[in-house]
This record gives sequence, C-alpha cells and structure tokens, in this order.
Amino acid sequence: MTDAWHWKSAREIRDAVSAGAVSATQVVSDHLARIDDVDGRVDAFTQVWRDMALEMAGAVDAKIARGETPGPLAGVPVALKELFCTREGKTSCASKMLENFESPYDATVVKKLAAADAVFLGKVNMDEFAMGSSTENSAIKTTKNPWNLNCVPGGSSGGSAAAVAAGECPISLGSDTGGSIRQPACLCGCVGIKPTYGRVSRFGLVAFASSLDQIGPLTRTVEDAALTLDVICGKDPMDATSADLPATDFVGGLTGDISGLRVGLPREYFTEALNAEMREKVERAIDVYRANGAEIVDISLPCSDYAIAVYYIICTAEASANLARFDGVRYGFRHPDAKTMQEMYVLSKSAGFGPEVQRRIMLGTYVLSSGYYDAYYLKAQKARALIKKDFDAAFEKCDVIAGPTSPTPSFAFGAKSDDPLEMYLSDIYTISVNLATLPGMSLPCGLTDAGLPAGLQLIARPFDEATLLNAAHFYEKNRGFDMGRPPIA
Amino acid sequence: MEYEAVIGMEVHVEINSRAKVFCGCATNFNAPPNTNVCPICLGMPGALPVLNRDMVDKSIAVGLALNCQISRWSKMDRKNYFYPDLAKNYQISQYDLPLCHDGRLEIEVDGERRVVGITRAHIEEDTARNTHTLGGGQSGVDFNRCGLPLLEIVTEPDIRSAKEAYAYLTALKQILQYLDVSDCNMEEGSLRAEANISIRPKGEAAFGVKTEVKNVASFSGTQKAIEFEIARQEKVLREGGVIEQETRGWDADRGVTFTQRKKESAHDYRYFPEPDLTPVVVDETWEQRIREQMPELPAARRKRFESQYGLSPYDAHVLTLSRSMADYYEAVVAAKADAKKAANWVMVELQALLSGDKAAIEHCKITPENLAALLQMIDGGAISGKIAKDVVVAMYATGDAPATIVEKKGLTQISDSSVIEDAVRQILDGSPDQVTQYKAGKTKVFGFFVGQIMKATRGKANPALVNDILRRELEK
Repeated sequence: MTDAWHWKSAREIRDAVSAGAVSATQVVSDHLARIDDVDGRVDAFTQVWRDMALEMAGAVDAKIARGETPGPLAGVPVALKELFCTREGKTSCASKMLENFESPYDATVVKKLAAADAVFLGKVNMDEFAMGSSTENSAIKTTKNPWNLNCVPGGSSGGSAAAVAAGECPISLGSDTGGSIRQPACLCGCVGIKPTYGRVSRFGLVAFASSLDQIGPLTRTVEDAALTLDVICGKDPMDATSADLPATDFVGGLTGDISGLRVGLPREYFTEALNAEMREKVERAIDVYRANGAEIVDISLPCSDYAIAVYYIICTAEASANLARFDGVRYGFRHPDAKTMQEMYVLSKSAGFGPEVQRRIMLGTYVLSSGYYDAYYLKAQKARALIKKDFDAAFEKCDVIAGPTSPTPSFAFGAKSDDPLEMYLSDIYTISVNLATLPGMSLPCGLTDAGLPAGLQLIARPFDEATLLNAAHFYEKNRGFDMGRPPIA
Repeated sequence: MEYEAVIGMEVHVEINSRAKVFCGCATNFNAPPNTNVCPICLGMPGALPVLNRDMVDKSIAVGLALNCQISRWSKMDRKNYFYPDLAKNYQISQYDLPLCHDGRLEIEVDGERRVVGITRAHIEEDTARNTHTLGGGQSGVDFNRCGLPLLEIVTEPDIRSAKEAYAYLTALKQILQYLDVSDCNMEEGSLRAEANISIRPKGEAAFGVKTEVKNVASFSGTQKAIEFEIARQEKVLREGGVIEQETRGWDADRGVTFTQRKKESAHDYRYFPEPDLTPVVVDETWEQRIREQMPELPAARRKRFESQYGLSPYDAHVLTLSRSMADYYEAVVAAKADAKKAANWVMVELQALLSGDKAAIEHCKITPENLAALLQMIDGGAISGKIAKDVVVAMYATGDAPATIVEKKGLTQISDSSVIEDAVRQILDGSPDQVTQYKAGKTKVFGFFVGQIMKATRGKANPALVNDILRRELEK
C-alpha cells in the first residue's frame, strides 16, 4: 500500500470503490483507525458513528456486489458539522442547550449524501450555534488546528476543517453564515466553498441567520468540492428559498481552461488590515493567473467598510428569532430549578446558551426593538443592498474576484476570545459574500514561515459556481507547489 | 350628553385547507392531541416553512369578495413573543404588507344600508392550544392547532352599534360560506371574532379609549357583549370615571364582560421580514384565475333571484342566506317546478322539517328532483296540497320519491266524478236537516258538506271536483 486510504481524495476513493479495487468497508475502517490515531490530539469529532459507518459501508459493498450502479460518492467517508439534523446520534449545535437533543428527521443534505452512497463517520465540532471564528465557543470540546495544536482551527466549522486537514475524512460538511466554511478552511489549509444562497437546501440545517446561512463542503481538493456540490445542490420543496435551476455538472466544468478569465482585485481587500505574509501568499497566487493569461483587473468595493457592522445587525436580528424556540418547553435543556413559566425561560436560556450566543441574542433583540428598528435593522438592510450593488458593478469588469480569505493566519487559543470585536474582524473579507448572496471559496495558497496555512478567496457571480470552481481548480493544478501535510501526520 | 359607539372588528378565520399553512399536516378538528404534528409545526431545529398555495388562493378569494385590493407583492413577517403555545416563539404573520387591503362590505340593518371598510386581510399561522387541567400543577400543549391556516380580517372603526356588528359578522360568514373557504364554526374556533369598542360624545371626531372583547362563542353573544360594553363604558363616563384600555372576556351566564388582561406597556413584537419565505407575488393572471373561479356571491344572487324568479326581496333574501339553500332552491326550479311555489315549499315546509331536526340542507334526504315532482303532482291534480304536506314529511323521513309514497299509502287523489258523486249523495242523504238549511239560504253549511266528504274520502277527493258536484247536487 503506497498511501493510506485516508489521504486519498473522495474522487479516488469513489473510483476505487466503484471499480471494486477496494471495499467501502476497508476505506471506512481505515478512516476510523485514523480517527482513533489522531483525533485524541485534534479533537475534531464530537461523535464517531462507528457502527453506522460500517453498516453504511457494508450496504455500499453489497450494492456493488449485486451489480447495481454505485452512487457518485460510493464509499466516501463524510463528517457532518454538529448542526445538521440527523436521526442518528445527537444534533447538539455544540451547545449545552441541545447537548442531548436527537432530531426526529434527517436534513435534506444528509439524505442526499446518503443517497449518493457516502458513508457518515460522525459529527464534528463547531462554535456554539455557528457563532464564532475559532471554535472556542463550543460547549463540547476544544478543537485544535492540525498544523499547530496550540492554534485554533478557525470557525465556526472548525471541526469540519480540522478533520479534513488531519486526514480523518476527505469531505466534511460545514455551514457558512459570514465565513464559517471559508475561514476555517483557510486556517487549516483546506478547500472550502460557500455556494450561492439558495444553491443548497437549508432544510435540516439548524438556523443561525436564515438569510445568510448556506451549506457547503470542506475538502482537500477542488474536484472533491465540485463532486460534493453536484450531489447536495438543487431545489428542495422543503426549502422555499432554494433555487430551482437545472442540474449541475461542476465536475465536468473543471476544464483546466481559463482563457479570457478576468480576475478582479478589490483594492479594499489589500490594506494594512491584511497580515503581510498572508498578503504575499495571496499575491503570489494571483500571479499564477496573471502568468497564465488571465486578465487582472483593479476593482473597488467601496462599501466593504460597512460589511461587519451590517452583518452583525442582520445576523443577530435573525438569530434572536431563530434561537427563541430553544426555551425548554418541547425539547432541549430545561433548568431543573424553574418553578414558573418565566423562570423556565430565563433560567433555561441563561444556563443553556454560552456567552457569545447570549450576546448575539441580546444584540439582535435590541436592533429589532421598537424605536431602534429603523436606525439599525432597516438601515442595515439598505446598506446590504448597496454592498450587493458594489459586487454587481465589479462583476461588470471581471468574472471572479480574488483576495485573501482571512486577514491573519491561525492564532493561539485565547488570543482573541476575550475581545469579540477583534474576533469579528476575522471575517472581514468573507462577510460581504454572504450579504451579497454570492458563491465564494477558499483555497490553500501556501504556508507562513511559522508553518500555518494561508488562503486565497475567490468570489463569483450568483449561481456561477462553475466559473468559480474552474478558476480554483486551475490554480490548484498550476500553483507549482504542494501544500504537504500537517505535522500531525 | 349623547354618546356614540365606535366599533372595529377583528375576525380570525381558519381557512379549510387540507394541510396546515406551512407544512403538510392534516387540519381536522377532533384528532387526539399532538397527532397532527411534524417537525415544521413543532418548531423543531432546522425545520423550514413553505407557504401553502391553496391558502393563498382562498385568501385572495376572500379579499376579492370583500372588494379588497390584492397586493401584487406582499411578504410574511415574524411576530416575536414568548408563549408555550407558540412553537418557534415567533408567529409567522403579515405586518406592513398584507395580502388584501382597502376593501368594504355592505350590510343592512333595519332596512338601512351601511358600508363597513375592510382595512386588511392577512395570512398567519394559528397557535397551539394550552390546557391547564392535567393536574399536578402540569400544563399541556396540543400542537394540532399550531400552524393551522388563519386569515385575519380587520375592519375600519366604522361600526356604530351591536346590531351592526352582528350584521357585519353574519354578512362576512355568509360570504365565507359561499366561497367554501371555512367551516365558520365558532364552537370549534374556526371563526373567532374580537370587537374593539369605544364610545365618544356624539359629534366628536376623536376616539375614546377602547376595550377589546374576545373569546365570545357566538355572534349573538358578541352582540350582547358589545351592548353590555357600550352601556358599561357609558356608565363609567357618566359617573366621571375613565375607561381603561384592556382586554375583556364575556361571561355568557351572567351576561357581563369582565377584565381579562390590563394593557401593560404596549407589547413590542419586533416584527421583521420572514427570511425563510420568499415574497408572495400575485400577478394579474393569478388574481384573474381566482376571480373566474369565484361563485356568485350572496348580494348578486339575491338580486338575480328577484329578477329571474320574480321573488319578493324577502324571499330572495331568505333563500340566499346560505349557498346550499340557494343551490337547492335553484335545483328544484331546474327540475321544472314553478319558481314561486318552489320558493314557498323550500322556505316553509322544508325549512320547518330541517329546523325541527337542526339539520343542514346538505343532509336532507329529499332530493330537489323529488320536491319538484311533488309540486308537479299538486299541479297535475294527482294529490291535494293538503295531502302533499303529509307526503313531504314521509319523503323527509325516507328519501322516497313522492309517487312511491302516494302509491304505498293509497293517497292518490280521487278525480273520478262517479266516485265523488256517490260520496256526495251519501253525505246529503244522511244530512237532511243541513240540506234544508242550505235550501233556506244558509249557504254556510256548504263548508260542512265539504268537510264531511273529505273526511269520508280520507282527504283524497279532488277539492275542485267536490265543490262542483256538491253545488250541482244541492241546486237540483
């Protein structure tokens, strides 16, 4: 065996399993062994579904033995962020509020992955209710960055990124409200894509901010991201906001041809706020496009400065309503000391939610309150429209926008956790993409001197994931270096 | 000083869609607690609402029937408040852009026409039902009702009396039933009326402080509650008191309203647009489609009954009170019955039978065709009108055709002159005193002879023939 199955791509695994070169059971066993081996140090997994994984793998093997056509993710191990509803195991959202919650149904994406013959390894850690940029807000455990165990994996899909980076699974599913797929992908040296709002059904994704949330994969290759997206996207009758568009073939769109591609560089993304080493890596990545005939265009996104303020009004407003249902009445944590209805609400929420979640609920309640609505929520909605307009104008001049994913590489535990505003700046380059409902992705583009990954962010027009993935794939094939594996390997 | 009442009505109507407004759960009333539920109406994590199109169709129909503007673009909003009967702790409703707005409904009170402005009609989801009768300090929540499709219809403060409020509710219910969009069953809560009541010195433009009366189980109860409330407010003001803004309930047994909830500082519902749902866009084609499917509404049907069937305004009014009654009447006429006679029979004989049974005409065993056949038998002289009244009772009980009943009971009218002649002679022969009286000019005894003859023929003798033959025999 030249290389363990756990370092193979999803595509390689799928092809080998489908061809009968390896059994799904063997692939899955290999990954379970890998989890046993490294997860004690990485702490990405919150639940490992050993029995279920082997059962699902056995079913795939049986299907192939019967001569049936295996699905496009046959035997591919997948990890799910803690906020996807699954009938198997718990759906805790990394919160004490839901620590024992079992969902009565499977999320649409979970059903789609299962129908494609993927195999679930279990669930991975996150910031509580997806609120955070370091996964330090998890009520379950502290996930480490496989490139440096003293550093954060990013967040909120930190467990998803760390698991993929550490070779525990080739695909993990995350969710991205303001950068929660792309920023941890960047910090852990993975590929992470947030599709256009409406591309992927949100049914069964525990909501943080409904107008911003979108599901996407974290992988080690662009092709695997395309492969996963082809499986999970599409109109869902259970999600009114999912888009009804023709079936996709993102994998088939990875042509290696970028002739005529115009790459826009927003000047607002290359300022002092950007760490010098990150900037250098990103500029070198852009050179790959320049050197291969792409047209590099200077663009401006003048409203970028308002993005964080707008985001923290809209996302908290929506979250304050979305999280209202966690009240101890029907499910989840109910404080044992509560004697009255009022106490049930106050005590359960105070003890069930962590400080960042409580902060956001209070912020959101405030900006929606009578007398403040116009000044905050309504104004933020207007600013959101302007931010979208900036992108519309920019896409007159270019086909993809390139820039950094994160202003800094990964940082040490505790470095920003006492300063929420500093932590919020981690998403300074990713938030606008959610506000403008665009597709965006992060690609590894080198390591800093300290050995921490840097990430290139690409952004495309609404529903133009094909161009986005093709451009990303081109970079990946032509960047001229190998990211290598994190030292945990 | 004379006072004037200012009343606005808010009516919540459960629309009779087969599915709830945002999920596929059933909507039947009597299901065991928490059986018509799913992750969506239970507000489980990750579940999303999808708007039921049938609900929108029916809401547009109501809007059109109430002469409303239908919004080309409206949206759903979240109304935030905490209560255990609200699964998500927000209610999906419509705030500033309702589906229907600016309509009007004409009502008639004591022969006088009045127009009630309809401010808006908007879509929302019903809440669950809390129960506090489980014992042990426990409360229960039944989520079967949570997510039922509700249309809230709000009037302008145009109503001036309890009677007008009653007339408004009756006219509204009539329209809803014509449209077949709701059961309108107040006992099951599928129609809930709330009245906002204030009074002011007559002639004054400013409104007084209002109270809200809710949870009344019938229209007549609502009328009584409003009457009481107007009198109560007047008494308070005359005695120099002030009206407090509050929600009041109605004690039907004692016939009084009572304080339910004092208005604390106004509730801040923190409305904002529901991000899980796309805007409701009703283009002209959609509105037109609903318009074309609309049945004839009560007012139009009333007028047509007057002109087409030559009915009096009163008869037309009574026959169009319910769509099913009007449909029945028209089916009788269509089966070739005389329009005016059919009207009388439906309104008097049939209605009496139904009322006696508290039955709805939909469940009446007499088919319109059979009722028409009965009327034809009277016209054709096969039975008398008097016999027909007995026949219709039998038809009501059995559903049999009139001919079958007449035959079975031997009720066919005797129109054979020789048979009647025999009967007449027999009676005259047996009543020499009365014959003498008649011949002496006391013609009143004619009626006595008719009665005797009918008695002898068990009412089956053709009355016209009896008259003719009797007169002829007496004149001999």
